[in-house]
Amino acid sequence: MEHTNINVIDIDTEKAPSMTSIIWREIVRDKIALLSLIFLVIITAFVYGISLFLNQEEIVKVDLFAINQPPSSEFWLGTDYGGRDIFGQLIIGTRNSLSIGILVTLMTGIIGVVYGLVSGYYGGTIDNMMMRIVDFFLILPFLMIVIVFVAIVPKYSIWSFSLIMTAFLWMGITRIIRSKALQERELDYAQASKTLGTPDWKIMFTQVLPNLSSIIIVTMTLNLAANIGLESGLSFLGFGFPESTPSLGTLLGYARNPQTLELRWWIWLPAAVMVFLLMLAVRNVGEALKRATDARQRRG
Amino acid sequence: MWKFIVRRLLITMPQIILLSVLVFIMAQMMPGDALSGLIDPNIDPAAMEEQREKLGLNDPWYEQYADWITAALQGDLGQSFRFKMPVEELISQRLVNTFWLSLVTLIFTYIIAIPLGIISGRYNDTLRDQLISGYTYIGFATPLFIFALVMLWLFGYTLGWFPTGGSVEPGLDPGSFAYIMSKFNHLLLPAISMALITTVNTVQYLRSEIIDTKQKDFIITARAKGAPESRVYNKHILRNSLLPIAAYFGFEITGLIGGTVFIETIYSYPGMGLLFMESVLQRDYSVVTSVVLLFGIASVLGALLSDIILSLVDPRIRIK
Repeated sequence: MEHTNINVIDIDTEKAPSMTSIIWREIVRDKIALLSLIFLVIITAFVYGISLFLNQEEIVKVDLFAINQPPSSEFWLGTDYGGRDIFGQLIIGTRNSLSIGILVTLMTGIIGVVYGLVSGYYGGTIDNMMMRIVDFFLILPFLMIVIVFVAIVPKYSIWSFSLIMTAFLWMGITRIIRSKALQERELDYAQASKTLGTPDWKIMFTQVLPNLSSIIIVTMTLNLAANIGLESGLSFLGFGFPESTPSLGTLLGYARNPQTLELRWWIWLPAAVMVFLLMLAVRNVGEALKRATDARQRRG
Repeated sequence: MWKFIVRRLLITMPQIILLSVLVFIMAQMMPGDALSGLIDPNIDPAAMEEQREKLGLNDPWYEQYADWITAALQGDLGQSFRFKMPVEELISQRLVNTFWLSLVTLIFTYIIAIPLGIISGRYNDTLRDQLISGYTYIGFATPLFIFALVMLWLFGYTLGWFPTGGSVEPGLDPGSFAYIMSKFNHLLLPAISMALITTVNTVQYLRSEIIDTKQKDFIITARAKGAPESRVYNKHILRNSLLPIAAYFGFEITGLIGGTVFIETIYSYPGMGLLFMESVLQRDYSVVTSVVLLFGIASVLGALLSDIILSLVDPRIRIK
């Protein structure tokens, strides 16, 4: 038998870069994303660190001798109509807004990933039925429904607030995961596994899921930015955090009073800037992550 | 074509029914009932119970649902206890204001989006494009209500260029020229604030549509035939890129609904959004359920409209 002369292809012995190093390279390459990441780390460390020493009850205690004061050396950002220190409320508010944003993002993420995986993996009639439910939730007037539920739920708490938000926010990530799962299930590895008799749940959660991890991280980061905005919007309207638990939204809510809006900028403007910066920074990091997961768009 | 529309309509009906069930459940969860706002608190509880029985409030839920939905279909949405008038009259008063606000916002949205999208797509990756892309990027990250607050503070209070609340100057004769101008003046700032934020989607979409179309074969052919650049852009590219934008018109309506709640609250503009907020706060629940139901139906119809336009524009959607 004649030996065909096949050149041994030079296999690059260098390992392919890991996802973490790709992401890191992308963020470092994009100066704005790097700045955003540093800003987020500092802000997060600062608000969670400082609030360990701050007493929330002390800050939200009404002090009638110090109402509506402009910024001074005693109150760095002045006080509100109850004589409460704005700077302290801003720190605690940022912490609360971040916490609820992360909580809602995680809860919607878990629901969306499981629902989307099941729907996309099985496909066919199951997928069709599950997606009609998603379609229904998508056309609901989100803001109004959430406001009504917040208004009528008995024993309203932060938990019920995040549950209500989650109940009407899980569809976005679900659709993304489902369409990816539809593609993944056709791939050889999933088909091979199925032929070998691996149970469906095992293929879904131990084989397909890891392949979707990057898209999940990207979607959840972008969702976090949106959820911070939604929380502050709902609290602004008076249907989120109560005043006793300050958030960025409750600080902004003071601006619903025309006099506060016109004459006392120090109450609402810092919170407005903070919401804007947080959302922009989270989005910047999210966009850099998105580029890192798509080889065609990478800059690094 | 018709098959697609009929199938799409068949999905719409169950959606509206489900929506009405959800709104009904919400109404049931609300404290109080249709009577609690109507009667004098000094009245005898036994007499009240009798009234309840007569109005069918003690019936099982499915009979109550059937009663409620038949009344709603006939245009009877109940009584507002705050205004002591039928809800449908109250809504029709406010709906006019929201209609004008939405219309002006939509007009501004497209006035801003179309030129910016065209410039950005035609001269992509130049300084002009980068400026416009920067604006859309920041627009995406800015919550509507914060932008509206800053606009009101800046242009309404600090500079005093625009009125800061209401929908019209009091004391003007309805129908007179001054009245119409005052109405328009009150609309302007809220509509511009909303349009500047909601338009960024359309700008970005138009930009990528144009960049995609630019590389298609028929454009290369048009250029090869010697068509002047202005004709290539205004006729060949624009026509093909604007159609998908038209299809998203229905979804724009859905987006406006959430927006009006914020905008009308901030600018104290007496439309449906403000009516909704006031009614929730004052627990005028028959108004709340009616507004949610109406806006829900508007969203369903908006999505339907978009899908139908989209299927007219893009035949691939019809195939499945």
